[in-house]
Amino acid sequence: MGTLTRAVGQAHARLDGPDKVRGAARYSVEYPVENVAYAWPVPSTVVKGRITRVDTRAALAEPGVLAVLSYENAPRLTPAGDPELFVLQEPAVAYRGQIVALAVAGSLEAAREAAGLVRLEYDTWPHDTVLTENHPGLYQPSHVNPSLPTDTEIGNFDAGYAAAPVRVDATYRTPAEHNNPMEPHASTVQWQGDRLVVHDANQGPGQVQAGLATLFGLPPERVRVITEHVGGGFGCKTMRCCVVLAALAARHVDRPVRLALTRQQMFGVVGYRTPTIQRIRLGADPTGRLTASCHDAISQSSMLKEFAEQTAVYGRPLYAAPHRRTTHRLARLDVPSPAWMRAPGQCPGSFAVESAMDELAVTCGVDPVELRIRNEPATDPEEGTPYSSRNLVACLREGAHRFGWADRDRTPAVRRAGRCLLGTGVAGSIYPARSLVSSASAYAGPDGAFLVQINAVDIGTGARTALWQIAADELGVPPDRVMIRVGDTGLPEASLAGGSTGTASWGWAVAKVCREIRVQIDDVHGGSVPAGGVHAQVDTTADIQAQQTFSRYAFGAQFAEVRVDVDTGEVRVDRLLGVFAAGRIVNALTARSQLIGGMTMGMSMALLEEGLWDPRSGDWANHDLATYHVAGCADIEQIEAYWLDEDDPHLNPAGVKGIGEIGIVGTAAAITNAVYHATGVRVRDLPVRLDRLLGHRA
Amino acid sequence: MTDVAAGAAAARGGLPDRDLRSRVAVRVNDDVRQLDLDNRTTLLDALREQVGLTGTKKGCDHGQCGACTVLLDGRRVQSCLVLAVTLDGAEVVTVEDLAPAGDLHPLQSRFLERDAYQCGYCTPGQLCSATGMLAEARRGWPSAVTTDLVADRTALTDAEIRERMSGNLCRCAAYPNIVAAIRDVAAAGGAA
Repeated sequence: MGTLTRAVGQAHARLDGPDKVRGAARYSVEYPVENVAYAWPVPSTVVKGRITRVDTRAALAEPGVLAVLSYENAPRLTPAGDPELFVLQEPAVAYRGQIVALAVAGSLEAAREAAGLVRLEYDTWPHDTVLTENHPGLYQPSHVNPSLPTDTEIGNFDAGYAAAPVRVDATYRTPAEHNNPMEPHASTVQWQGDRLVVHDANQGPGQVQAGLATLFGLPPERVRVITEHVGGGFGCKTMRCCVVLAALAARHVDRPVRLALTRQQMFGVVGYRTPTIQRIRLGADPTGRLTASCHDAISQSSMLKEFAEQTAVYGRPLYAAPHRRTTHRLARLDVPSPAWMRAPGQCPGSFAVESAMDELAVTCGVDPVELRIRNEPATDPEEGTPYSSRNLVACLREGAHRFGWADRDRTPAVRRAGRCLLGTGVAGSIYPARSLVSSASAYAGPDGAFLVQINAVDIGTGARTALWQIAADELGVPPDRVMIRVGDTGLPEASLAGGSTGTASWGWAVAKVCREIRVQIDDVHGGSVPAGGVHAQVDTTADIQAQQTFSRYAFGAQFAEVRVDVDTGEVRVDRLLGVFAAGRIVNALTARSQLIGGMTMGMSMALLEEGLWDPRSGDWANHDLATYHVAGCADIEQIEAYWLDEDDPHLNPAGVKGIGEIGIVGTAAAITNAVYHATGVRVRDLPVRLDRLLGHRA
Repeated sequence: MTDVAAGAAAARGGLPDRDLRSRVAVRVNDDVRQLDLDNRTTLLDALREQVGLTGTKKGCDHGQCGACTVLLDGRRVQSCLVLAVTLDGAEVVTVEDLAPAGDLHPLQSRFLERDAYQCGYCTPGQLCSATGMLAEARRGWPSAVTTDLVADRTALTDAEIRERMSGNLCRCAAYPNIVAAIRDVAAAGGAA
């Protein structure tokens, strides 16, 4: 086996690719089910109130309608922690768009018609839905997501800042942004006696299994969640109300039920990235070396639950400064609950910090790449711990080289091509590299084939393929002898797909179980698999507890070149280039896709995405894909993603840091920094809109 | 009519109860399907829920994302915006029939090689859209970025492909790979 080519690092096409391009891959409401019924949710039309009357007569008179569920008649649930999952249980309404009834019918058409015929009456109260930096309800949460300190202070920021010869003090705003995976939240639910069988689009089948078990008072082993293919998630497909509604409906009408949220409903109930208001203060010496930094972040949550976006954690491990402070404040409003969206915290936080660093570079007259290099810390500036590896500077240098950054004229608003002003910008990028506990099993057959099983989930990341590559290398066999199964709670329990932890966590369990199989075959069975095969199952609890203390992060450098039409204010991104240091890259083909996908979502954030809130109606004014714009094919001209060969021995057996989020971190700032370079206009409120650039033309 | 039924009819805009179903014959992927339809059924829902062809995806149901794109009488349409009852005698081709069973259309092969998808949910729509788009370019149909409006056949530059594929959203943002895959096929003669 010495000549075997390692699978890890190769560009393998996705295992699920042939099924996906043929339309044969089944997503969660695409499984054939006998006698299936369809459910259609009814959203509340008031913001804050209480249902006083549910009139279902017209809806029930619609041919084909089986039932209308509301708090009055829905099966009872046991609370499962997240109030957003406790649906159709109470008359109280906490936000507009909250699901307050559910029509169930024998066809989609009848269910939809019936949903429109449900009449609800409410008592209503005045609502409070707008986040401001002076909101009287702002408070200090006990922690921020996922369980990080709310405020930190090292040294004495106030004194350090007061003494600094150069200061930047600026406030940045990011709007609400909506994940909008192409596949909506979708579930098919079947009660088989006292067992619940669920096909559901989610990022963690195990989480959905546990949630449903609690809500419906079942032992988890009687709930099976199958999640073979998921049409994207970007954070919003952790467990949501869709599957609970489908299960309630299926129990009530005693038939299997399909439920897919509409695109419009997704804007209300599946979460969104909170709007943020971020004040950054930087104090530096005249050469741009930071002496003091402060990041004060404000965000919102709903009345139902506290969701504290970890916006200001972005800079904690990033740039050196002896005096530093971060704070988070939260306002609870009569709004839908915000939730996870790609690089929660780091993504909006990076916009503020990396913009402020650019402002500091301009103030000091220092090149913005050089400014970041000058503020490189030796150890984590807040934790004092060493980095497992830190290659921000290498990313900046490699990116500058590839981009052609050298000899850049820093003067803003002087490069013109026809009607357009041209500019370039840079930003740093950082994202935590974490591994979570998972388990996996493997079976070696006497025919030389291997089966590796883990309840991981591939939401489009390529996880299935990456784990298969890792398994093949650890088993020391060609990949075509390995089969992998994921996405089923019948498989060994694993962590959910989120926070760039998937391949690191699942890959650890897969590598470990494959090594165990190898040991059994080689050491116990003398090198050959016995007739009965060899089976092993492992989990990584002890391994993860035994990890040494390091600051583990992926790093990146983002470069952008923009062209701004001086007559229309339109911004086009001519070029995006990212260089990343993210440990070992398992699959060169899918990794590039994931990185450019993140960068594109960052570009979309910079230029297009904005949840527009209507304070009078207490709802999003834009809640579909015609009015909430995401990047389309014509928006992406030249985009390049590169990575450094990084061998970090302190991560996990596969040596990976995770790449799902790092691509979006810093991208928006690189673009607005380029817009400043092109036009001289500093955009501190996203997205960059035409009107924000007009009137400032050179 | 009962009071309740009258109420339901009133809520539907005053239409009285009547037969809301129709029978149509639609050729889907070379099979003629006799469909007994609720008149409100879109082509998309008819394909997914009645014919059992779930390759065509529902992303928005409002003609805004392109995930449901199929070929209707040879032209790309968003099947969520077509009422199936209007299709008696029409011919529909979905992603399942772009290539003979067991085979791959050149676009499908290139999508795999170029990794022109991640989650795969928009992919059937991208493939059908690309198939229709290549035919449009062969016929010389201009786009918003076409400079030579009288050419017999539009040269598919990357800018042309990007423009012509912008009705198909991909939140994973495989766009450059989609463009590359289509460019490969166009360069090889466009996979008639």
